[in-house]
Amino acid sequence: MPGSLLPSAEEAYSSPDAQGFFGPYGGTFVPETVMPALEELARAFEDAQADASFSAELDALLADYVGRPSPLYQADRLASEVGLGTVWLKREDLNPPGAPTIINTIGQCLPAKRMGKRRVIAETGAGQHGVATATTAALMGLECSIFMGTEDIRRQALNVYKMRLLGAEVVPISDGTGTLADAVTAALRHWVERVEDTFYVLGSAVGPHPYPLIVRHFQKVIGEEAIAQLRAKGADMPDAVVACVGGGSNAIGIFYPFLRDVPADRRPLLVGAEAAGLGLETDKHGAALTKGTPGVLHGFYSYLLQDEAGNPKEAYSISAGLDYPGVGPEHSYLKDTGLVRYEAVTDREALDAFALLARTEGIIPAIESAHALAMLPRLAAELGPEASVLVNVSGRGDKDMDIVREAGLGG
Amino acid sequence: MAAEQQVRLGADGAGARAASAISAAFQRGRPALIVYLMAGYPDPPTSLTSLVAAAEGGADLIELGVPYGDPVADGPVIADAARVACAREGGFGLTETIDLAAKLRSALGAGAPPIVLMTYLNPLMRLGLAAAAERMRGAGIAGVIVPDMPVEAARPWLAASHGLDTVFLAAPTSTPERLQALAKASSGFVYCVSTLGVTGERDRLADGVRELVARLRAVTDLPVAVGFGISTPSQAAEVADLADGVIVGSAVVRRQADPEAVHAFVTALAEAVHGSGSALPSAPQAP
Ligand SMILES: Cc1ncc(COP(=O)(O)O)c(C=O)c1O
Repeated sequence: MPGSLLPSAEEAYSSPDAQGFFGPYGGTFVPETVMPALEELARAFEDAQADASFSAELDALLADYVGRPSPLYQADRLASEVGLGTVWLKREDLNPPGAPTIINTIGQCLPAKRMGKRRVIAETGAGQHGVATATTAALMGLECSIFMGTEDIRRQALNVYKMRLLGAEVVPISDGTGTLADAVTAALRHWVERVEDTFYVLGSAVGPHPYPLIVRHFQKVIGEEAIAQLRAKGADMPDAVVACVGGGSNAIGIFYPFLRDVPADRRPLLVGAEAAGLGLETDKHGAALTKGTPGVLHGFYSYLLQDEAGNPKEAYSISAGLDYPGVGPEHSYLKDTGLVRYEAVTDREALDAFALLARTEGIIPAIESAHALAMLPRLAAELGPEASVLVNVSGRGDKDMDIVREAGLGG
Repeated sequence: MAAEQQVRLGADGAGARAASAISAAFQRGRPALIVYLMAGYPDPPTSLTSLVAAAEGGADLIELGVPYGDPVADGPVIADAARVACAREGGFGLTETIDLAAKLRSALGAGAPPIVLMTYLNPLMRLGLAAAAERMRGAGIAGVIVPDMPVEAARPWLAASHGLDTVFLAAPTSTPERLQALAKASSGFVYCVSTLGVTGERDRLADGVRELVARLRAVTDLPVAVGFGISTPSQAAEVADLADGVIVGSAVVRRQADPEAVHAFVTALAEAVHGSGSALPSAPQAP
């Protein structure tokens, strides 16, 4: 990192602790059966980090297979449309499977192979993580099963087809609402049964320790590249950085380098956009940070949409990737400490932003990413017409054509 | 906080404590039968009748399941029962389950078997660990099993739950260090998970059970009870030959809507379990 961006010692951001706690959030709350596997995973991850041949293999795949770095694009027509001075788009929509989770799946599958696992499983909501896992399994010759809710199978049919083409088995989960949370539970259950030969490739910055740390470790390349690209273009530090938050992997990927490497007085405002669904005043949303209370779900302690008895509530969002009642533990910590601000964006606002990006820049984003884009008019009102904002475009919209057509876009 | 002094992870842990109601259930000179039922399923009155039937059928210990919306350690029978109980008008959760336990104890009087709650961690946290423990003590509950609370995550609960036993689960995958730590932190008994995977009936007993029981015996004097997958009296008898206790869940919950069927099934299980035995026979042997 360039000298001016190095933090002073007291500013260094150093979560989580050795037990995987970010402040009070995170930890490991899972059945004993999988505890030894998590310990083994933590060790394998440490070994991999210490091993130069691992990072060489990863870097080569990221450059030659994924095509990184992803571009940083200055979207001037969009900026003038929303009333900002500059809008930077980090083009994660250009990753081959359509989202940056491919970095994470390659990062996890390499050590999985070294651990001698021949089979991988994953949960998926929007199908992006499922496609990325299936892609990586094909690349590395691993057997692959993807757990996906039946409602998500319906609304993300294109991705289901892709996973099957890539040789993965798609396991339909009809429990609950048939969405992401149900798929995670089913994958965890299955993992308990097959822990000896199966590696669980978790798709977001959620789950028991060490998953949130591992996911951040691989996704942080997004923010590292963005900082380097801004410097190379001679651009100023942006006034704000925005990402959508489902479980929180793309968001932590772009935020973390700004938290770790940029001193607080030069750090942009960091803003996470959750799903407000049909509105925060309804119970049809996925805004765990804005409307939830801390609790344990899927093996970690974090803000959670839950009822009086501690049962997880059903989340809702037009976007399958943000339709989750919890959120990664690091985001809960970042919310409480004020290091990141979280706001919620409705289905309607996301659809408008989706249409706007398509018309002004010729880029069709994922409906998840459209939640981050929908923050731009709000930030323009807050920061003024000269301000510059960096947006993580976390995926592309091919998978969402049916959804936006049903919602009346492009009429 | 006074409760802090009660943290039981030290070397002088559970073994040094006074015998609890739970350990007493294992000290009748025969293997103990532990019967799991889901509170509030299929409806609260029927679940109470089935609980009474299980006690009268010969259960030495009742494991009372708390309905929870994300039962990650449970197979379809128990998960479905939890879903039905949770979905009741007004909800049925931890507080209702504790109240049900109090009702069971007053229905059965002095001869009531001890009750251990099987609850996931989040309902405990939602109620507040100290408040949950207080309410359980008030209802005469003897202890808890928390399947998603591994031993390293248990400190806050152990600090808040004096007077209640906490039973930890040991799995076939547990390393020697983990077995030692979880046995040390356990009180009442140690729950030996017979197989990888979730609760549910299985055709045959998993191969590794005998070995896991032996590994546990090497690190603890607490009773060892085996659960997960035991579905018939003959499987129960097989387990009773090698462990101090036999836990039957899904096979009972499947019958729970019919208290008479519960009574008949538990009676058959009790005969099978009490009649076999790794434990010493209760009647003195002729010299
Ligand atoms: C394109 C896209 N963006 C964002 C998300 C949300 O996940 P996360 O918050 O982990 O980045 C998803 C999830 O599927 C996605 O597909």
